[in-house]
Amino acid sequence: MNSIILENISKTYNKDATLAVDDISFSVNEGELFGLIGPDGAGKTSLFRILTTLLLPDKGRAEVCGFDVVKDYKSVRGIVGYMPGKFSLYQDLTVEENLNFFATVFGTTVEKNYDLIREIYVQIEPFKNRRAGKLSGGMKQKLALCCALIHKPKVLFLDEPTTGVDAVSRREFWEMLKRLQEQKITILVSTAYMDEATLCDRIGLIQGGKMLSNDTPENTLNAYPEKLYAIKSNNVHKLLNDLRTYENTLQCYASGEFLHLSFKDENLNSQNEVVNFLKEKGNDEIEIKVSKPTIEDCFIRLIS
Amino acid sequence: MINETVIKTENLTKRFGDFVAVDAITFEVYKGEIFGFLGANGAGKTTAMRMLSGLSKPTSGSATVAGIDVFKKPELIKKNIGYMSQRFSLYEDLTVMENIRFYGGIYGLTDKQIKEKSEEVIDQLQMKNEMKKLVHDIPLGWKQKLALSVAIIHEPKVVFLDEPTGGVDPATRKQFWDMIYHTVDKGITVFVTTHYLDEAEYCNRISIMVDGRIDALGTPRELKERFSTTSMDDVFYKLARGAKRSDN
Repeated sequence: MNSIILENISKTYNKDATLAVDDISFSVNEGELFGLIGPDGAGKTSLFRILTTLLLPDKGRAEVCGFDVVKDYKSVRGIVGYMPGKFSLYQDLTVEENLNFFATVFGTTVEKNYDLIREIYVQIEPFKNRRAGKLSGGMKQKLALCCALIHKPKVLFLDEPTTGVDAVSRREFWEMLKRLQEQKITILVSTAYMDEATLCDRIGLIQGGKMLSNDTPENTLNAYPEKLYAIKSNNVHKLLNDLRTYENTLQCYASGEFLHLSFKDENLNSQNEVVNFLKEKGNDEIEIKVSKPTIEDCFIRLIS
Repeated sequence: MINETVIKTENLTKRFGDFVAVDAITFEVYKGEIFGFLGANGAGKTTAMRMLSGLSKPTSGSATVAGIDVFKKPELIKKNIGYMSQRFSLYEDLTVMENIRFYGGIYGLTDKQIKEKSEEVIDQLQMKNEMKKLVHDIPLGWKQKLALSVAIIHEPKVVFLDEPTGGVDPATRKQFWDMIYHTVDKGITVFVTTHYLDEAEYCNRISIMVDGRIDALGTPRELKERFSTTSMDDVFYKLARGAKRSDN
């Protein structure tokens, strides 16, 4: 069963001058962890605001757990939890007051659903009398997640929860999401970090308001059209400049320790030819091997 | 070749009351390096950077940047460095051109120099059609490139980049790194923080801060060997997971 359905959703701003969401359709299954992967300005936040009934689409329709986001907006609001990208709790209420407030607004109590948030809340409980505005970024994030969960929503919307968060905290946050998923909560999460994509059941790659691809991480990777090489030398900067002038280079860019390289014309000699070209240009200690694409490679391929 | 030192710290420390934000860090950065300054949220990176850029007075220890003592001449430091942060760099309600001229003026360039530099920057960024647009109306990737250009408009010895590439698509992020390479080619040393660990690989050397200290420093290859792993992610995770404090 689908928890979220979007059909041909479009949204423009500034009297049609800015097309934020361009005819997007996809669905999310019950209990699924679906990732919207894309940079700032891709249209992720507009989609979240449409699905949480905070924004009307110009065209198309969408539903959450069978409720239409326009006609049945009140029903939708009762069953979704939303953590916006911008911190939106009451800065002048304490941690505890914020949590009680959100529980009360949704007609429940903190005690009733405490099990769901316990693991996260214990980390901020020592500061429960501190005003939310005085919390650090990591603590605000945890409090916002608690407040989005306190009414035991069926669907959780998380808009860039890990932006600006370091690699260790990001990993912990995703482990937390996996455990929430075990509680049968459907999760739609957005991120600009490509490496987080592989932690989702399915991902939608999104850019300029358009959905470029929508599949499991594995299938997305398998759909990469070219053979991809990883190459390095003792001077990667020179290597990059030389490869950009090479006539058979389709794409070349830095990817961690290596450069990633694909050819316009891929044949048995491509690899030897490029190595010879690079040696003539004065590159030393060249190492080249076939490499598996990452989600980042897929994204770059799709937008080029 | 003898490396010329551009940044040098010895037991550089900053306390806020009982809290030791930066705990006796000692390191050197050489001319023409891309130096990656990594660490978890709350490890002390920003405080250290603020001291190195003359914005915060150290509690103890010493530091020189571009040969200038940060204790004694914080104002002189500011003229000799560039600083770019994704959040605060440009004026959104000024045009592209106005931002360039404004920063040129702030850094004390002459009218003639400002004119030349403006043309150079617009040309390099290929923003001729956008130069009269408000910064508010240009894409984030262009803002980041423009912000770097104005941060080095006075040709400083070193430029500090504080998480310069957040939020953009990977292709734009790579273009920004191309610009960092060009910056280094001009002889400007680059000191950069990032949460993208693949970007750590593009640095000549990196340091990783944990709880106010520098717990590891070396080339990406050295650090991976030291922690017996092939991924920078693992190096970072092994170090930072033991942190007692986070930004909590």
